[in-house]
Amino acid sequence: MSSSAAKPPAKPRLVYAQPGDAVEPGKPVTVSRYGPLARLNHWITAGSLILLAVSGLALFTPSLYFLTELFGGGQNTRALHPWIGVVLFVSFFVFFLQLWRANLPEKVDVVWLSKIKDVVGGHEENLPELGKYNAGQKFIFWGMVALILLLIATGVMIWEQYFATYFGIPLRRVAVLVHSIAAVLIICIFILHVYAAIWTRGTLRAMTRGTVTGGWAWRHHRKWLRELAGLRRAETRKTGPAE
Amino acid sequence: MSMANGPDSPRTAVSNPPVQPMASNLGAGDLIRRSATSDLPPPTRQLTPVAKLIDVSKCIGCKACQSACIEWNDTLPAVGENVGVYENPHDLTENMFTLMRFTEWVNPATDSLEWLIRKDGCMHCADPGCLKACPAPGAIVQYSNGIVDFIHENCIGCGYCVKGCPFNIPRISKADHRSYKCTLCSDRVAVGQGPACAKACPTQAIVFGTKEDMKKHAEGRIADLKSRGYSQAGLYDPPGVGGTHVMYVLHHADKPQIYAGLPENPSISPLVQSWKGVTKYVGMAAMSMLAVGSVIHGVFGRANRVSREEEEEAERLVEQGDETPPHDPRERRP
Ligand code: HEM
Ligand code: SF4
Ligand code: SF4
Ligand code: SF4
Repeated sequence: MSSSAAKPPAKPRLVYAQPGDAVEPGKPVTVSRYGPLARLNHWITAGSLILLAVSGLALFTPSLYFLTELFGGGQNTRALHPWIGVVLFVSFFVFFLQLWRANLPEKVDVVWLSKIKDVVGGHEENLPELGKYNAGQKFIFWGMVALILLLIATGVMIWEQYFATYFGIPLRRVAVLVHSIAAVLIICIFILHVYAAIWTRGTLRAMTRGTVTGGWAWRHHRKWLRELAGLRRAETRKTGPAE
Repeated sequence: MSMANGPDSPRTAVSNPPVQPMASNLGAGDLIRRSATSDLPPPTRQLTPVAKLIDVSKCIGCKACQSACIEWNDTLPAVGENVGVYENPHDLTENMFTLMRFTEWVNPATDSLEWLIRKDGCMHCADPGCLKACPAPGAIVQYSNGIVDFIHENCIGCGYCVKGCPFNIPRISKADHRSYKCTLCSDRVAVGQGPACAKACPTQAIVFGTKEDMKKHAEGRIADLKSRGYSQAGLYDPPGVGGTHVMYVLHHADKPQIYAGLPENPSISPLVQSWKGVTKYVGMAAMSMLAVGSVIHGVFGRANRVSREEEEEAERLVEQGDETPPHDPRERRP
């Protein structure tokens, strides 16, 4: 573990930092969290999820059927919804490839969860230091992964226009029930996700500008910040003083 | 005879229509159910329930009913392909609302071959699963005379009715993405006429009238069949869907499945019931409680803010290096 002490400083092995993550000194420090393509993709995912929720809920309950007007009527809503689902699936798949490693569960997640009261109370000082994501964010990530897989699988089974003849009616009954339950769950997770991002001030700019302040990273994801700070020093040591 | 002073529902399919034009006797005030509509006003009157009775023992498989149905509804099923069976077309389609299904069955009691012919099509359930499943307001309606009708301009083509129906009846058109099935000739019934198929049937295996009359007629037919050795002859009017307005006289009523899979005890699938029942209520409650809870917490709760000191800690860390390394064995420091 410490065998490399005598050698020249090697590039640190990164545990939490992801490609593109970096710190920029200043007052306050700026930390890059998501690059422009990742942000664009996240907006596509978010936008399609909202459109799916609205078009799906319009068919889910008669009291919300009026929402079909937003899509130009019931026929259009019925026709568009599954295609938006395909967009969601593709964009989320890219998202998944970028983020799954940083969302693997760790021991510290259990500690964090055991102090959920301090989490909700905003008593960050009582919580363990964390990497790029906390257990709540990881739960949202894996919940979305599971539900989107379930929704695309069941959604294709009930896609009347193209796939009706491939699946028997008893199976399609199961699929439509599972699809509606999964939809309720993903909408609940989505509400939690958006609310957490708003409640935790300073988070939304990661979605707009792609950066957060150093203080935000210190407060919520300190291990990630330490790693990025270390990374920057290693890099300036290599190239730095000569320039 | 005009409908205004005649009976509210036609009593037979055999009479010939009057020549003068007539107003429709089935209107908005006759609806007892309307899909995806909870505030339907009660019907203004109760029409006499009607029924079509199909006596499979009298059917000769001539398909005059199919032709009459095509003719009356002006549908044009594509010319098919002969694959060596009598069903033509091979299944119900958006252009074929009724289909003679043929089964060769060897009766184990007599060891003789029986050729079973059943006229398949919408059963006009008193408790229609199609209507229960439909998400589009007014795409499926039920009249107080028992007819379940699809109102195509309100249909969105989602195929939920297909999942709701216990008899596998509705078909979605690939051309206009709307659902089609037998109407029980509601447009004929509305002007005092019986269904076209019943009118065309040369053996009167299909008869039409009030549901009460049809049950009585069936009794006579069943007694006749029993006297001729069909001890299990009986009426198919399945209680699981509240009874139907299309009924069969079966010579083997104890085994409806032998008639090309006629379900033994049909009812709306529990999956559909829970999809359209508990899932909606619990789902709506969960989503709205979470949304309202978030707003309340957002307005009255304290936000989680980053402090000035935390910004300074981060500045120190980035400028001066990390003095207090975290104790994570996975982490290597430069
Ligand atoms: C991932 C790909 C998805 C596909 C292929 C898909 C497909 C479908 C299809 C075919 C329907 C039947 C109505 C229609 O034909 O338009 C439907 C209904 C529905 N979908 Fe999706 N969907 C997907 C994702 C989602 C997502 C992410 C949500 C929630 C945010 C959602 C919520 C709903 C709801 C609430 C319904 C109505 C269910 C009901 O009537 O009970 N879907 N979906
Ligand atoms: S396809 Fe049409 S009739 Fe069938 S459930 Fe959907 S909207 Fe209703
Ligand atoms: S047989 Fe099917 S389509 Fe006809 S009324 Fe019953 S549920 Fe609806
Ligand atoms: S009742 Fe009318 S629509 Fe139904 S099968 Fe007979 S002719 Fe066709």
